[in-house]
Amino acid sequence: MTQENILSPRAFVIVGERTNVTGSAKFRKLIENDDYVGALAVARQQVDGGANILDVNVDAAMIDGVKAMRTFLNLVATEPDIAKIPLMIDSSKWEIIEQGLKCTQGKAIVNSISLKEGEEKFLELARKIKKYGAATVVMAFDEQGQADTKQRKVEICMRAYHLLVDKIGFPPEDIIFDPNIFAVATGIEEHNNYAVDFIEATRIIRESLPHCHISGGVSNVSFSFRGNEIVREAMHTVFLYHAIKNGMDMGIVNAGQLGIYDEIEPELRDACEDVILNRRDDATERLLDIAQKYAGAASKKDTGPDLSWRQLPVRERLTHAMVKGINEFIVQDTEEARLECERPLHVIEGPLMDGMNVVGDLFGAGKMFLPQVVKSARVMKEAVAHLIPYLEEEKERMGLVGKSNGKILMATVKGDVHDIGKNIVGVVLQCNGFEVVDLGVMVPTEKIIEEAINHKVDIIGLSGLITPSLDEMCYVAQEMEKAGLKDIPLLIGGATTSKTHTAVKIAQNFSGVTLYVSDASRAVPVVQKLLGDERADFIKSIKQDQEKSRIAHASGQDKRKRATLTEARANAPKLEYSPVKPKFLGTKVFDNYPLNDLVPFIDWTPFFSSWQLAGSYPAILQDDLIGEAATNLFNDAQKMLEKLVAEKWIKARAVIGFWPANQIGDDVAIFDDETCQNQIATFHTLRQQMQKDSSKPNFALSDYIAPIGMNDYIGGFAVTSGIGEVNKAEEFKANNDDYSAILFQSLCDRLAEALAEHIHYRVRKEFWAYAPDENLSVKDIIGEKYRGIRPAAGYPAQPDHTEKLTLFKLLDATKNTGIELTTSMAMNPPSSVSGLYFAHNSSEYFGVGRIEKDQVEDYANRKNWDIKTCERWLAPILNYDA
Amino acid sequence: MAIFNSRKERFIAIEELAKTKILVLDGAMGSLIQGLGFNEDDFRGERFKDVKISQKGNNDLLVITQPDAIQKLHENYFAAGIDIVETNTFGAQRVSQADYGMEDISYEMNREAAKIARLAADKYETRESPKLVAGSIGPTTKLLSLSPKVDDPAFRDIDFDTMMAAFKEQIRGLIDGGSDVLLIETITDTLNAKAAIYAAEEIFDEIGEQLPIMISGTITDMSGRTLSGQTVEAFYNSVRHANPWSIGLNCALGPKQMRAFLADLARVAETKISCHPNAGLPNAFGGYDETPQDMCDVISHWALDGMVNIVGGCCGTTPDHIKHIAHGVEGKKPRQIPQHETALRLSGLEPFVHA
Repeated sequence: MTQENILSPRAFVIVGERTNVTGSAKFRKLIENDDYVGALAVARQQVDGGANILDVNVDAAMIDGVKAMRTFLNLVATEPDIAKIPLMIDSSKWEIIEQGLKCTQGKAIVNSISLKEGEEKFLELARKIKKYGAATVVMAFDEQGQADTKQRKVEICMRAYHLLVDKIGFPPEDIIFDPNIFAVATGIEEHNNYAVDFIEATRIIRESLPHCHISGGVSNVSFSFRGNEIVREAMHTVFLYHAIKNGMDMGIVNAGQLGIYDEIEPELRDACEDVILNRRDDATERLLDIAQKYAGAASKKDTGPDLSWRQLPVRERLTHAMVKGINEFIVQDTEEARLECERPLHVIEGPLMDGMNVVGDLFGAGKMFLPQVVKSARVMKEAVAHLIPYLEEEKERMGLVGKSNGKILMATVKGDVHDIGKNIVGVVLQCNGFEVVDLGVMVPTEKIIEEAINHKVDIIGLSGLITPSLDEMCYVAQEMEKAGLKDIPLLIGGATTSKTHTAVKIAQNFSGVTLYVSDASRAVPVVQKLLGDERADFIKSIKQDQEKSRIAHASGQDKRKRATLTEARANAPKLEYSPVKPKFLGTKVFDNYPLNDLVPFIDWTPFFSSWQLAGSYPAILQDDLIGEAATNLFNDAQKMLEKLVAEKWIKARAVIGFWPANQIGDDVAIFDDETCQNQIATFHTLRQQMQKDSSKPNFALSDYIAPIGMNDYIGGFAVTSGIGEVNKAEEFKANNDDYSAILFQSLCDRLAEALAEHIHYRVRKEFWAYAPDENLSVKDIIGEKYRGIRPAAGYPAQPDHTEKLTLFKLLDATKNTGIELTTSMAMNPPSSVSGLYFAHNSSEYFGVGRIEKDQVEDYANRKNWDIKTCERWLAPILNYDA
Repeated sequence: MAIFNSRKERFIAIEELAKTKILVLDGAMGSLIQGLGFNEDDFRGERFKDVKISQKGNNDLLVITQPDAIQKLHENYFAAGIDIVETNTFGAQRVSQADYGMEDISYEMNREAAKIARLAADKYETRESPKLVAGSIGPTTKLLSLSPKVDDPAFRDIDFDTMMAAFKEQIRGLIDGGSDVLLIETITDTLNAKAAIYAAEEIFDEIGEQLPIMISGTITDMSGRTLSGQTVEAFYNSVRHANPWSIGLNCALGPKQMRAFLADLARVAETKISCHPNAGLPNAFGGYDETPQDMCDVISHWALDGMVNIVGGCCGTTPDHIKHIAHGVEGKKPRQIPQHETALRLSGLEPFVHA
């Protein structure tokens, strides 16, 4: 057995000792004070630190042990990341042990029973343990007392073994002997041979009693060096080195505090070895002398992150790194694994895929969350990147092709630039062994078809955020049909997509299967089913389901009765107007908006939801289930944000403008000056047509502007925090760091919103100044508690994206900010926001909702469109099938 | 006129049969009982006509108030070709019966249910074809490992001792009524099952006889975990001390969904494998859609793959399903029970094996 194996779970089982009040004052205080949250944190540290089994002991004078054991284990049962490992229920009182057993669904170990009170008592407890289905530690203790010599240890263990196995049929593999580790180097001569006695007894017991195990509390051995952690750690390491060689296969240890035998300073190691093995009479004095040198020095393992996992064999290190998302050592570990494996591919198919499978399982089971998964994927990618040259070289040499679980083409459709969600899905699929061909954003349909054929993909996945992308997706489906790609399933995802729309609109164009995927976590099971044995059944069930959706949709149609446009207009709100004149008319450009000012204005709640962590900030950081994942993500975000601002990774630009304006019906006329003679543009708005009673009006945005005859004003803005965004994101991706790329993009997205919020704040106080005395907290500002609104085209209050064209022209936004509009009216760069400003004191956000054909015809007329064009742009809100 | 003199003798005969035959367990009772269309008065019978709480839906009570009807349902399953019949006692222990105010006749219910099942079995039993009565022990309406209060995770609405005592009473009734084996089934929380095992062991000590125990867990969804969070292997490690005559899975999933988890179990279990799935996943109306032929197709494949020793049905299955399943596994070899390395097999939510 080599030293590397000391911590290998297969060779030596680590029982975490910190959740033991007799050994940890910290844990004792937590239990005494009923601080079970803190106590659980200690348990979690043990699991993270590599404990295979958790020892729980609440024996203390001031503690009601039965109650504490019950409470703590009931709580552990609800924490999957702790409860995953088995428990060792540790007490000197049987009633506490029994309570522990009554709260444990897994198979645990009892610690301990012994012959101290005779055979009858011993067997009575053993029978109960058997009925509870636990293994047990048996102390080398009998009616005469604790065994100290080799001979006594062996005798007692043999007697106990035969009683258990022969008398009551206790399974021998469920017996773990603790032959007592006592302190050595105490200055008392009789103690000098204690470690040797333990080690030799261990060997004899393991040799003569089949299937049993040997455990012990290792820290006892160094008791006389309390306070000198370096020496204690060296003693433990040396002791284990010899005890494990002789058959000790389990130990109660602080996993984080085990050293490596070969790395102990030779002088110290020899001195420890002299003491442990009782090799010379002056061993204790010599160790005491050397110990002076280390006195007061803290154990190096106590500081910094727990690196004990570095002692594991390389395969396990890779898995650990993958699951924990640690990329610090990944290249060196991958290289080590490559040298060990026959072929570089084996590294991927073996330890790396094992790790990713663990990640996939945890994610699937809801025990890992998206940010952690993306981090794991980063580790995987870096490892694979390291192997690629070797794989290529081998491929050339042997003419081999790597295999994957399936190939998926991903694209954000033409006219749309949003790809955070698509990137997340791509990463999650890659984690699960699928090959992803990512065509990026604004991908024309023709290219999607062509690349799908070239790459022989198994599945096509489309993403889109804005409503016109829905049409584009229908088009892709039509073209796939024409190209005869009906064997390739089409996946639909993105913020505006829906199950109903997919069933009613997209799937109808394609005789293959089209299916809606609600989020990244759904993508993997869906893809697995589509590429697995259940494919046919799954597709059948999807199609049936979609048929049901279509029927439901069709029958729901006439239920949604709408008011006529005339009725709706008659029920427009009756508002009073007291316009305030802005401080300037025309536009104002902000070229290099200070990023620092934006940070406090970030609304973090949507940031978390873009990572599929649902909950509002800051409470989400304390959430029982996702709090940890959210906190880690938030910390990473803060770190990146700091650098992003300090190193100016991106540039923020903005333009705002104010113009004289008047309401004309449902439109807003814009004039070049306050004489209102020369109309230079028109903003068209849409009116709600839901049937309402008279107390609730049918709104249109134009209602917030005074009619002709009174001077009123409207504002507009276009802001971006995305100048430089694409390049920086690409840079991360090129380094196989999708996690940072996605994190960065989601931060840019938040900064754009913060920029819009910050400028709106200044507009209210400074530029339009209709609320110069506004005095709201940032929280209230983010909560939009102020007067006035800034609705954006393409959102519920004005679903028509094309209104951006008018706004951009008035602001000369492309020239002034660099934001461009795509054919689908998406803003590029994606981290951009634009909209109108309304100052009316009763203005508020509303949703237009579905509209009837009468308004479509009216709107088409006002926009100078034909009906078809109008229906296309307003498709998502039509209350009828166009 | 009993064919076998004791349950021991019968059990020896079925052990012999199990070497060459995949044994067949019955299917659902609930939906068949529903089909009988009993009203409140039928449920109450003469004896309980004045009790305060409504008894409609208390299927376990019918062994007392409508024993002939229940026996007939058992017989329908025997006619479909089963080897093992389950007593109609899924919720007949004190914890569940408290909802109906019937906790005090829990012992009687279990005893009568076993008697009825035995009567049905005797009609079909021959020396070549022994018919076993399995005393059905359901999961109860409470969980030992989970808190019903979201804001108080340490809270439990029942403790191990109360649960164990309820199971003891049930098991005593099942054995006194003539059950041949005990079937602890639909295990959503392994700690409940451990309480049932503890109770059984206590009764065995008291009566000086060991009955074989069948154990069947429930994987609640495709995550492959029990409701209380254990993987299949962790679950097996937790109940292995019962030395079960069989271990298996039932309920929640249909046969297709269950296959992977059953395979996991078959890999680790050093005993017979049983499986009684639902007739597919519930449809939008809470019903089950898999036809007898659908189920037969999947389950007969398991048989071909050497994965099972005992098969049957759970929710949504009928005598017709069971007939098809019995036909599908007929003549196919039962799974060979593997020998594994002796090792310390522990578990939390996940297994931990140390040789």
